[in-house]
Amino acid sequence: MGKIIFIEHDDTEHVTEFRAGSTLMQVAVDNAVPGIDGDCGGECACGTCHMIVADEWFGNTGTVGDAEEQMLSMTPERARTSRLGCQVEITEAMDGMTVHLPEFQM
Amino acid sequence: MVNKKKDTTVIVGGGHAAGTLLTALLQKKYQHEVVLVSDEPHPPYQRPPLSKSYLAGEVDQSSLYLKPRSVYENAGQQLRLGVRVEGIDRYAKSIKLSDQSTLKYDRLVLATGSHVRRLKAPGSDLKGIHYLHDIADTDALRNQLVPGKRLVIVGGGYIGLEVAASAIKKGVNVTVLEAAERLMQRVTGPEMSTFFYAKHTAAGVDVRLGTAVTGFEAGDKGRVAGVTLADGGNVPADIVLVSIGVIPETTLAENAGLLCDDGIVVDEFTRTDDRDILAIGDCTRHRNLFFEKMQRLESVANAVDQARTAAATLMGEEMPYDSAPWFWSNQYDVRLQMVGLSQNHDQRVLRGTTNDKGFAVFYLLEGCVIAVDAVNLPIAFMVGKQLVQQRKSVSADALSNTDIELKSLI
Repeated sequence: MGKIIFIEHDDTEHVTEFRAGSTLMQVAVDNAVPGIDGDCGGECACGTCHMIVADEWFGNTGTVGDAEEQMLSMTPERARTSRLGCQVEITEAMDGMTVHLPEFQM
Repeated sequence: MVNKKKDTTVIVGGGHAAGTLLTALLQKKYQHEVVLVSDEPHPPYQRPPLSKSYLAGEVDQSSLYLKPRSVYENAGQQLRLGVRVEGIDRYAKSIKLSDQSTLKYDRLVLATGSHVRRLKAPGSDLKGIHYLHDIADTDALRNQLVPGKRLVIVGGGYIGLEVAASAIKKGVNVTVLEAAERLMQRVTGPEMSTFFYAKHTAAGVDVRLGTAVTGFEAGDKGRVAGVTLADGGNVPADIVLVSIGVIPETTLAENAGLLCDDGIVVDEFTRTDDRDILAIGDCTRHRNLFFEKMQRLESVANAVDQARTAAATLMGEEMPYDSAPWFWSNQYDVRLQMVGLSQNHDQRVLRGTTNDKGFAVFYLLEGCVIAVDAVNLPIAFMVGKQLVQQRKSVSADALSNTDIELKSLI
């Protein structure tokens, strides 16, 4: 258990509880955080769960896979610390992590 | 202070469209009462994993739910699950439920989805013949998929092939019978059909094309023992899955006198011909400004896009549905992503070599990209989404030349 803070494009904050083993996308969706669609349910098929992880936490989120990189490369708001939320499995080490959401999903 | 009574919006259904609508209303802080009625005992859930990870036993039931039930209820939305809607009284603006109660509505949203097309043939009532549409169907089939059993799948479309891939991984002997001359004929071009044929054959699936089914043979205790073919042959079977498509679920709408035409007819704002009734998802024949003609689509993307359009309509906003449809399928280590509808193309362009390393087929009509099918090449899907949405004219040479970056074509 722990907390992840999602910050919408308009700075609205959503403090959410997570369980390790879930994904960033699922936590956002379970908490109805606007700005995260996750239309394909986490199969890395749609590119609608783009998130930008706060710099200092990016190292905790694992590596970007090849398919994920291809999807991310086409998102207009791509940042250095962009991830697809469905590809980030949550660990206890992410307690307190801040994640920014883009204005638009693909 | 005047205590003005809130209006009630009732949603009928429990799939992707209904669930997405609940969420969109919650996110838009919709001020009215929201009640969802579903005949299944589950909160709205996603069906795509049913033929894939859920059938394979890789994920549990709760992971299918779009959200935990408590999220909706904590936000004040009511879920009446395991209750069937028996009829709509448009004059009284109420619906009659299977528990004999009635529910008044001010606005009604039909998200009734589809039901499976049944194969009517001698022996089709035998035990061991399965269909796959909901969690209960999947649980029943999954229990039968044990190593060494012979599964015969009637129909080589998405669902049949996804089940074939999931079942062969479990050590089941799998045969796929497809009446057409190639797999997934309705939804994709011949290059993809050939690729997936090779993929399934290499995995050990016995794929038989041009093979029509005429009935089923009975074994002991009323169980199916085989499938009979139009050419007089038969295929022994312990389990049969019939996956030959779905039919839009329009019974309620038709009985209520709403305009239907192989789907509940709705405009680009998801409105039916009754101003207080909307319809979304697989059950609709709808206007999408992206297309010239009315469409009926069986897809998650259509369900979620129409749900978001309906939420806007309910909020009094005008947000017409105008996006290009997209689809995906996972079979083995192959991720197939598709955008647009390819049926009317006059030219196909292959990019890359048809193997697992990644390739795509672009479908053109009069020089414009109208659809893209991408295998293990997400970039082609993502670029394709934009090309298709813009109906971009791109030269075939540029699309096929892998020295030219796809991104540069937008």
